[in-house]
Amino acid sequence: MNLQSRHLLGLEGVSKEDITLILDTAESFKEVLGRPIKKVPPLQGKTIVNLFFESSTRTRISFELAERRLSADVVNFAAGGSSVSKGETLKDTARNIEAMKIDMVVIRHSSTGAPHFLSRVVKANVVNAGDGEHEHPTQALLDMMTLREKYGTLDGLRVCIVGDILHSRVARSNIFGLKTMGAEVSVCGPATLMPRYVEDLGVKVFYKLEDIIPHVDALNVLRIQLERQKSGLFPSLREYHRYFGVTKEKVDRAPKPITIMHPGPINRDVELSSDLADGEHSVILEQVTNGEAVRMAVLYVLGTSN
Amino acid sequence: MEVTLKTQILDAGGIRRTINRLAHELVENNKDLEKIALIGIRSRGEHLAYRLANLIKEIEGKEIPVGTLDITLYRDDLHGRLDQPKLKSTEILFDIKDKTLVLVDDVLYTGRTVRSALNALMDIGRPAQIELLVLADRGHRELPIKADFVGKNVPTSLSQEVKVLMTEIDGEDGIVLIEKEEDGK
Repeated sequence: MNLQSRHLLGLEGVSKEDITLILDTAESFKEVLGRPIKKVPPLQGKTIVNLFFESSTRTRISFELAERRLSADVVNFAAGGSSVSKGETLKDTARNIEAMKIDMVVIRHSSTGAPHFLSRVVKANVVNAGDGEHEHPTQALLDMMTLREKYGTLDGLRVCIVGDILHSRVARSNIFGLKTMGAEVSVCGPATLMPRYVEDLGVKVFYKLEDIIPHVDALNVLRIQLERQKSGLFPSLREYHRYFGVTKEKVDRAPKPITIMHPGPINRDVELSSDLADGEHSVILEQVTNGEAVRMAVLYVLGTSN
Repeated sequence: MEVTLKTQILDAGGIRRTINRLAHELVENNKDLEKIALIGIRSRGEHLAYRLANLIKEIEGKEIPVGTLDITLYRDDLHGRLDQPKLKSTEILFDIKDKTLVLVDDVLYTGRTVRSALNALMDIGRPAQIELLVLADRGHRELPIKADFVGKNVPTSLSQEVKVLMTEIDGEDGIVLIEKEEDGK
C-alpha cells in the first residue's frame, strides 16, 4: 500500500484510496498514542526539517511530536532570526537543506505554491503544513478522521464550513477532501469573505447560518482573523458574532445535535460561543489528538515508501 | 514458466490434534495460569491464539487473556519495499506487566518477525517472561531465536515455502509445503 505521490502538497486531486489509506493508518497510530511509551521506530535514521516561514505554534508542535514519536531526527527552522531575514531565497534555503542530507521537509509558507516549488527542487519528501490561502492538507485530514471516527463514514455526511472562506486554506483542503470522500459540503459566511465561483468546487453557498443549520451533521467553524476587520471586510466583531457567530441558541434550532469543530485557536464568543466550544458535541480537543495521529500517518506512509 | 508443487504436511484433523497438544503443553508447563496471556502476531497467529485460549478454557476452565500484535512498525525491512505492508492496530487490552506472555505465530523461519515482536512488546510494558509458540518450524534461522512450543517441525530447503492455512482466513485448515521449480531445472 503506497500513496500515488511522494509528497503531500494538497488534497486537490488526491484519490479516495489514498485518503482512506492515510485515515486507516492514522487510526493505528492513535492506538500507539494511548500507550505508556508513545514511541515507535519506523523512521529511525531519517532526518526531518520543519521549515516554518510563517508563525505557528500548534501545527509545528503537532508535527514535531509526530516526527519524534516515529523516532525521526528533527530540525526546526523558523523564519525569524534565520537566513531568511538575511535575504536568502527559498531556492537557496532548499539547496542548503539538500546539502545537509535531509530526508523529509515539512513546510509552512505565506505564499501559495511554496511547497510545490520546493518539491521540484529537492529530493526529499515534502509535506505542506499550510501555504498561503491555498491548502492545509493535514488539517483537513484530521478533520475528516474526527468525523469518520464519530459517524463511521464520510459518505453522505453533511458538513458546513463557516466563516472566512476567502482566506482559508483549511476550507479549501476540507472541500477537496470531503468531496472526494463523498460528503455533502456547504459553506457559509459574509459575502465579502466568500470567494467568487466557490460553487465551482461543488459546494452550496449560504449567507445566513439559520438557512443551513437545520440541514447539517457538523459545523466546521473557522477562526476569524482579527486583522481582517481593519481591511473593512466586515464592520465589527460584534456584528460578525451576531450574524455568523455559532451559538447555542442558533444550533439548538436544529432537529438533532450538531458536531462542532474548530481548527483553533478559538476567538471565544466571536466565531464560536464558549458553551458550544466546551459542550458535549464539541470534538475540538479530539481534533488535536487526531492531528498528531494523522501527521504520524502521513510522515510514515511517505517516509517508508522510498 | 513456473511450476508449483504442493505437498500437504498436515490436514485439518492434524491441525486440530496439534493445536490440542500445544494447549495441553502450555497448561503443563505453566503452573500459574493466572499469569499467562497469549499474544497472537497478526494475522494467522491471532486466530491461533484465540483457538488455544478456547481449548485452555475447556481443559482448565480458566479464561486466558488474548491480545493481538501488529509488528509492521518494527520490521527491519520497512524501507525499500515496493509495496508497503498495511499498518494494522495492536490490540492488547490488558496490562502485560509481570505477565508470562506466550507469543503465538504460524510459521517460524528466519526469526526476524519474532525479533520485531519482542521489541514491540517491550515498548508496551515489562512482562515477567516471554515464551514462543509456533505451529510450524521450518528452520533457516538468521537470529538466535528458538521456540518453546512447536506444533510441527518441517524440514525445508530455501526454495520452498511453508504455508499455514486457517479456516478464519483461508476457509480451511492445513499446512502445505510449496515447491517453486523453474522450468528446465
